[in-house]
Amino acid sequence: MSTVETPRTELTWPGEGTSRIPYAAYTSEELYRRELERFFYRSHWCYVGLEAEIPEPGNFKRTVIGERSVIVVRDKDGAINVVENVCAHRGVAFCRARHGTVKDFVCPYHQWSYDLKGNLQGVPFRRGVKQDGQVHGGMPKDFDPKDNGLNKLKVATRNGVIFASFDHGIESLEDFLGPDVLHYFDRVFDGRKLTILGYSRQRIPGNWKLMQENIKDPYHPGLLHTWFITFGLWRADQKSQMVMDAHGRHACMISRRNQGGASEVTKGVSSFKEDMTLNDPRFLDVQPEPWWGGPTAVMMTLFPSVIIQQQVNSVSTRHIQPVGKDAFDFVWTHFGFEEDDAEMTQRRLRQANLFGPAGFVSADDGEVIEFSQQGFRQRPEHATVVEMGGREVENTDHMVTETLIRGMYRYWRKVMEAGPVHTSTLAAPESGVAQSKERGRRCT
Amino acid sequence: MNFETYQALLRFYTDYAACIDHGDLDRWPDFFLDDCVYRVQPRENYDRGLPLATMSLESKGMLKDRVYGVKETLFHDPYYQRHIVGAPMVLEDTAELIVSEANYVVIRTKPGEPSEVYNAGRYLDRIRRTADGLRFEQRLCVFDSELIPNSLIYPI
Repeated sequence: MSTVETPRTELTWPGEGTSRIPYAAYTSEELYRRELERFFYRSHWCYVGLEAEIPEPGNFKRTVIGERSVIVVRDKDGAINVVENVCAHRGVAFCRARHGTVKDFVCPYHQWSYDLKGNLQGVPFRRGVKQDGQVHGGMPKDFDPKDNGLNKLKVATRNGVIFASFDHGIESLEDFLGPDVLHYFDRVFDGRKLTILGYSRQRIPGNWKLMQENIKDPYHPGLLHTWFITFGLWRADQKSQMVMDAHGRHACMISRRNQGGASEVTKGVSSFKEDMTLNDPRFLDVQPEPWWGGPTAVMMTLFPSVIIQQQVNSVSTRHIQPVGKDAFDFVWTHFGFEEDDAEMTQRRLRQANLFGPAGFVSADDGEVIEFSQQGFRQRPEHATVVEMGGREVENTDHMVTETLIRGMYRYWRKVMEAGPVHTSTLAAPESGVAQSKERGRRCT
Repeated sequence: MNFETYQALLRFYTDYAACIDHGDLDRWPDFFLDDCVYRVQPRENYDRGLPLATMSLESKGMLKDRVYGVKETLFHDPYYQRHIVGAPMVLEDTAELIVSEANYVVIRTKPGEPSEVYNAGRYLDRIRRTADGLRFEQRLCVFDSELIPNSLIYPI
């Protein structure tokens, strides 16, 4: 079924390619709606959670894809299903708990009930009510429960991570990520069982893309995050690689920690504090793990919905949940591995002080994103400068570059500037175009 | 609990709130024992037994490191905090230890902006009587607020 889109806003792109990004890309309501349709609801796998969050049959969690509420549930066969949180009858967003265990889903309004695959299984008074020898009411004879289930999403899991899509014609998750990014995905998620350490939730008053860009920007950590540079966790001279998928939409920032302290690159970095030492060094009690295979940090941006963080011993997923063009909720799920001993779990938790809404090196990311959005609102006709490392899009073996941001916007332009679309061919790579029909949404 | 102890407990709570509301961060670690726990944790994690906290400090040294981070390394919008702390509920009172809880609301005010409810929750405290007065062995700030409005910089 096709989606009717409103007339299109065209952006003016100064400069070459995507080295200058119009502020309006972050402030236009119409472009934001188009982003939801084209990135979150079509042709893209979106992150919805970890299998370890719903280990037993009947376990569910409620989350979102873009702005749409969905339920991720393990059915009695152990399979994972994702259904839209919209009752087929009157559109009630019936699931209110954020997580829990159920046998079936029942809408409170008229008690329509669904099994854990989303099939409609019960409609009260479907055959009417018998009174004085007569049957009153009931659904029409041709009402078929099979046609009135919940909207079922396509689901892909890989080594404990769950993705879903409203688009049933989408390419495989593996093709979506591409081999280079998949390699780093499998580095963290290699099939080991995960353990959930907990959640952090923050609302950041900036456009959702700014968070993708923040983690595609290796230029800032050694400047904004004094903590990082002082302790050698992120410094402009450390060995690193910037790797993108073939589209430029996903990326990995791969780096290797150096010794920290003063050096050539700390000269001229005004945020560097030479006399900074910790009263309690356990914040940085880093223990190298065999699965790292060299790099001490790999930050992955999977477009559009999630960031996968490995910063020394701290690992998390960071789910981007847009809330209008001006804000997004950022939900962190910190995890460990079943094989971790108590000491390693404690280490991961301690290092979590660096990240999240209060983190030594993350709190200020949210702050600067808020301030960027304020500037965009003020001068919508202006454009950002994204020219560090040139104007091209290319993988690099250093971090003095904004190539990953340029890459993301090259892809963004390709998708956003295409004419009104009726199929999900947009996101397909040049070779092996995946044809698909968008499945009509029910309950709307 | 006798009146004098309750009075001392109230004064301790009031001093703590005044200290952080005045932005007197250097004095904040002094409310704690050297060996202490300070945690700001979403209620969601606390109730589900998930250990992750938004801020999780395990020694007075870590509290000092947090203060240094706030003052010297973390970049953030300036803001005032105003703590409204309810009357403490005393759960245990022995010669060495007081176990108590209190509700709190923190109001945040940024320059040029209206005040807003920033964080609402309760303190779960274990307080030791020492020669220098009362000191926290543990202060857990378990907050109901489902979303942190962007960032959390200062202690609660």
